[in-house]
Amino acid sequence: MNQSVIRPATLLSLLLLLTPLPAAALEQVQDYLYNRHDTELHGFIEGRGGVRVNRKEDQKDISIGEARLQLDLSRWLGDGELRLKGDLLADGVEEKLDAELREFNYSFSPYQSVDLRLGRQVLTWGTGDLLFINDTFAKDWESFFIGRDDEYLKLASDAIRAGIFSGPVDIDLIYVPLVTHSRYIDGSRLSYWHGPEGRIAGRDLVMADHERNRMFRDSEYALRLSRNLDGTEYALYGYYGFWSTPEGLDPATMKLFYPRLAVYGASLRRALGGGISNLEVGYYDSRDDRNGDNPMVRNSELRLLIGHERELARDFTGGLQYYLERKLDYDNYRASQPAGAPLADENRHLLTLRLTKLLLQQNLQLSLFIYWSPSDQDAHLRPKAHYKINDRLAVEGGANIFTGRHDHTFWGQFEDNSNIFLGLRQSF
Amino acid sequence: MNIMPTAVIAALLLFWPATSATAMEVAEIVERANKASYYAGDDGRTEVRMLITDAQGRERERQFVILRKNIEVGGRQLFYVYFERPLDVRRMVFMVHKYLDRDDDRWLFLPDLDLVRRIAASDKRSSFAGSHFLYEDVSGRAPVEDSHQLIEESADYYLLDITPNDPGSVEFSRYTARIDKSSFLPVYMEYFDRQGQKYRTVEALAVEEIQGFPTVIKSRVRDLAGGGETLMEFSNISYNIGLDESLFTERFLRRPPREIRR
Repeated sequence: MNQSVIRPATLLSLLLLLTPLPAAALEQVQDYLYNRHDTELHGFIEGRGGVRVNRKEDQKDISIGEARLQLDLSRWLGDGELRLKGDLLADGVEEKLDAELREFNYSFSPYQSVDLRLGRQVLTWGTGDLLFINDTFAKDWESFFIGRDDEYLKLASDAIRAGIFSGPVDIDLIYVPLVTHSRYIDGSRLSYWHGPEGRIAGRDLVMADHERNRMFRDSEYALRLSRNLDGTEYALYGYYGFWSTPEGLDPATMKLFYPRLAVYGASLRRALGGGISNLEVGYYDSRDDRNGDNPMVRNSELRLLIGHERELARDFTGGLQYYLERKLDYDNYRASQPAGAPLADENRHLLTLRLTKLLLQQNLQLSLFIYWSPSDQDAHLRPKAHYKINDRLAVEGGANIFTGRHDHTFWGQFEDNSNIFLGLRQSF
Repeated sequence: MNIMPTAVIAALLLFWPATSATAMEVAEIVERANKASYYAGDDGRTEVRMLITDAQGRERERQFVILRKNIEVGGRQLFYVYFERPLDVRRMVFMVHKYLDRDDDRWLFLPDLDLVRRIAASDKRSSFAGSHFLYEDVSGRAPVEDSHQLIEESADYYLLDITPNDPGSVEFSRYTARIDKSSFLPVYMEYFDRQGQKYRTVEALAVEEIQGFPTVIKSRVRDLAGGGETLMEFSNISYNIGLDESLFTERFLRRPPREIRR
């Protein structure tokens, strides 16, 4: 539903102008739905704008400029809950109107020890803080990098999720009939490293991909076995599907594609030394490049994550993570790359730091999240301030800073995209 | 001759409770107060509304449902807090496995991200949900953390003077608690800072008997130093509703149990 019928900027100002007006009417609608139809209606209206720190020829100066309306409807139906959450977005950067269904699902328990959730839903598991090993579910990296709310990092999947809670371990099973791909950085809005041409590219060279589209064949399967034993959370994971971002390139069409992937992993989380510690590992089996000798498909990997978070002072917490991505069959990878192409290291080391401070009776939250890779010599900084003006109105401002010594590394390639943003949200 | 025993009995009836109460060990008063405040019934459910007023008079609301289950009376407990207001935290769940001999395990469920977070904060003297109530006011403070002294007794209440065993772990130097003799509920508490200045009061404004358990249904914290106060009101309270221990697990963070429904 992408149409540029109305100029988004006009719509944006219209939506914002109207905000105080329908507030009273909206409350009546809420009461009516709740009293007559047992249905809760909530949501928010939001305006958000941001600019690039450095002007670049291949991208617009505005990194984000949008008005968003979210409607969230829920009602109990039998013993289950029906949920519908959708967004209307007037995007001034891409100059389009967009409708996105974030959730549309029914959750219920057919048996006492079985939970089912059917339909569009957000899927998350694993122990990392903004690092994902066994959470292979779809993400929206574009939203994450341009300063949308954290909620938009996760893309919803059309899935069946079952939980079985009768045995010694809890079992979660997820089936996604048609894989949900992540929204990756393709140049249309954010610039990236274009390997074949060996340069940073933007709107002049937007990557295209072959989306998987065969329902019931291009499917994802995920399994988690978990147990909480005296405060220690253990989990085993399995995933069978596709790389969530297009980690393959078809040289014939120069289009990206989503190679097959299986992931096997485990995690552990518990209180330790006055804080919370976590450990997570995963083996990424890149099934379209088992030997690692196909330069067009990402190699298999071992991934490891160790984290610790603790309270440093009252209302002030700090978290540290160490993350390792080890390319398997590195010799084959190196041999397969064309001469002169910049090579990725065998081990990509990454450290993250999170600092969160609550002030003014917890109404002001100052936070900083840093990714820093000593091996790639690049970093991504995410400072943010969020202030709740009152129970309904909140303002937030922040930045997404990318820096790196080389153009081809994970964070380094995004250097031109560094931006600052400001958002205002009214909830109802 | 006939009158004497009656007089004795009358005297006993009149004075027995008082005499016995005086004789009651401080430790027992503290224990009974702790149980009356935080362990009523085997389990319980209550709806809570908080009205937070800051020093400038600005108001904010909180609304949530609490489910609680005792694993051992005076000891381990499980809490499930389902938030309804303000709107930005709607559907969030805060779950606590409370221990006496180690830090509580705390989880927060963020529904928009389908994310189960483990909370690292272990400070029990930090604000609960941005109100003037502290985490410990809501979940209880273990009596073993303090030394208690009975400094006054009337027909209606005991007045205890309470000092922390580890002064560095808390922001107060001492506090006093007035404990109602009939219900054993602490009805008025005054906190003093290191300079001996009174800076905070917690009071029960209304008490009702629910299913035989005297229950605070309205209470208030006042911040005398910084200004501002929080009023907390409880409604639709019920005890012994048969909450299962399995309800306080990750499963029910993702899928709130029917017990939270209004």
